[in-house]
Amino acid sequence: MENGTDLEIRNLVVSTGGKQILKGVNLTIRKGEIHALMGPNGSGKSTLALTLMGHPRYLIEEGKIVYKGHNILEMKADERARMGLFLGFQYPFEIKGVMFSHLLWNAYTALKGIPTEDGKKKTPLSPLEFRKLLSEKLKLLEMDESYADRYVNDGFSGGEKKRAEILQLAVLQPEIAILDETDSGLDIDALKIVAHGVNSLSGPHMGILLITHYQRILRYIQPQFVHVMVEGKIVRTGGYELSQELEARGYNWILEELAKETVTQNT
Amino acid sequence: MALKETPVLDFGYDRYDFKDPEQYVYKSRKGLSKQVVEEISGLKGEPDWMRQFRLKSLEIFRKKSLPTWGGDLSTLNFDEIYYYVRPTEKQRHSWDEVPEYIKNTFDRLGIPEAERKFLAGVGAQYESEVVYHKIRSDLEKEGVIFLDTDTAVREHSDIVKQYFGTVVPPEDNKFAALNSAVWSGGSFIYVPEGVHVEMPLQAYFRINAQNMGQFERTLIIAEPGSFVHYIEGCTAPVYSTDSLHSAVVEIIVKKGARVRYTTIQNWSKNVYNLVTKRTVAYEDATMEWVDGNLGSKLTMKYPSVYLLAPGAKGDILSIAFAGRDQHQDAGGKVVHVAPYTTSTIVSKSISKENGRASYRGLLKVHKGAVGVRSSVRCDALLLDETSRTDTYPYIEIEEEQVTVGHEATVGKVGDDQIFYLMSRGISEAEALSMIVMGFIEPFAKELPMEYAVELNRLIELEMEGSVG
Repeated sequence: MENGTDLEIRNLVVSTGGKQILKGVNLTIRKGEIHALMGPNGSGKSTLALTLMGHPRYLIEEGKIVYKGHNILEMKADERARMGLFLGFQYPFEIKGVMFSHLLWNAYTALKGIPTEDGKKKTPLSPLEFRKLLSEKLKLLEMDESYADRYVNDGFSGGEKKRAEILQLAVLQPEIAILDETDSGLDIDALKIVAHGVNSLSGPHMGILLITHYQRILRYIQPQFVHVMVEGKIVRTGGYELSQELEARGYNWILEELAKETVTQNT
Repeated sequence: MALKETPVLDFGYDRYDFKDPEQYVYKSRKGLSKQVVEEISGLKGEPDWMRQFRLKSLEIFRKKSLPTWGGDLSTLNFDEIYYYVRPTEKQRHSWDEVPEYIKNTFDRLGIPEAERKFLAGVGAQYESEVVYHKIRSDLEKEGVIFLDTDTAVREHSDIVKQYFGTVVPPEDNKFAALNSAVWSGGSFIYVPEGVHVEMPLQAYFRINAQNMGQFERTLIIAEPGSFVHYIEGCTAPVYSTDSLHSAVVEIIVKKGARVRYTTIQNWSKNVYNLVTKRTVAYEDATMEWVDGNLGSKLTMKYPSVYLLAPGAKGDILSIAFAGRDQHQDAGGKVVHVAPYTTSTIVSKSISKENGRASYRGLLKVHKGAVGVRSSVRCDALLLDETSRTDTYPYIEIEEEQVTVGHEATVGKVGDDQIFYLMSRGISEAEALSMIVMGFIEPFAKELPMEYAVELNRLIELEMEGSVG
């Protein structure tokens, strides 16, 4: 039964550069839920994240992505964002000459703006009110006020970039947030701050897909659902205990089990 | 899966593309001759030295050949050009006295409004003559002179004669010779010692007629310790035949003085823009060229600074936008003659469709000019596969004890950057304009706020509707 507020991924097959990466992914995310997507490097986690957001480099061969009852495959990234999706990038891009405050103001206007007669949008906040909102969120992520006027990710360390992604999440408040390896490149203190930020933003109004290679971040952000992706498919789904098992035993036991299953199927 | 469409960026020209009927007091016949030159001089009632200067320059023009480098000048026909067009009998100092249709033109271009808001003085040139000129009376009282150059020749002949043609002599190049022969209009600025003109002075150059040649001549003299910021803007209506704009700008910056010269060139795409701009800077003087080239069919322009005494400083910041069928051959030239002089050249270019942006620059350090510091940086941004960029950085260094840096980059607007912004809800057109504005931010931030806003608006406006 399709719920109008869910993000539903059905039998998604995706290729890029002539190579098939996702080989039939099924996943449903509801508002208020936190899902962790784990898996070895190269299993297709980031491909899923970028495909959900509509990166033009990825070709959908089969399947569909339904969000709020609409098939969003034909929509460009900006339309998906305006419907409520957000992607925290694994490798955020630098844009010289454009200040974070400028990016966020434009984005906030696009997402929350009120349509005006001339077909444009008017931001519901005054510049001063917006600045206040931005200051609050900077404080939440323990970032200096000066970040607002720095150029987007320009000269940022890996950790600073990740923190800035969560800052954008905090300001834009989407309904479904896909966070692609937000934990990588963060030292333990920064990880705690980011996790605290995500936790204080999450709740019944937001669904989160937390993509991670390591279990570490899941100590601070506890998911209700844990999925394991291997070679373009979700091969295991469980509760929080699955992530603990992965931490204790690594990924190899799953790979071995999968190999046995294949053998069984073939005999 | 929707295929990615190529974003399109274009500067809308509708706002500038309007024509007035020709109601001129005098229009020379087509083509260039000794008679045309004598007519111009005669109509202006010039002193004999200027008449002789013009005639000598005409001879030089005839002897000089066209440059063999730079842009394609093969379709430029000197015989098809009107060299002198006088739109009104007399120059005015109040907009109410300017003929209605000309006033309307400048109204549409926003000049009187800008004058009221943030300028200390304005000159408005229409075809060959400056039809309106005014400077704030307090500056006049301080001895600042801001006139059209024709009036300056009559009223301040002694100063003009001393400097005219000394920085850019007619022998310099074919177009400098042409300008020297048929020049008309332009600005004359004299800033007395120690006087700081805090608000900018502006001149606006408008070509209206078809096949028009506009040859303004600007001379700026900054006495020791003074400061002035001069801004020029230019537009023309779109015609199917070519017009020619060939200006000469000479600037003398004396000890400890500072001059900033800002250009926002937005000629229509049928204008050849072939301009010689040069400054001589003395001890501890600073010259800043802020040079924006958006329009024209072909621009060949390399603002230059000759650093003649220790402590002199030259900064050149140039942007060029080359759209469809445009060639921007722009850059800068710095010549370090004296020791302990410094310079920076920053050039940013954007090309799209079949547009071509070329950076052409010269950095020269004379023997004995020890302790020179200079850095040159040029960045090019290509918006699609058919656009083109070239870099011609000439560096001639005759002295060893110098610090010189040179850096050049070529980039494309990345799909990833656009996707990143779009993932935040920003449309493709807005994303592209943000990236382009970010690229030229070093230029935009040097403009008076009103111009930066206008530049931003121009880009954003044209992105809308141009991206599918």
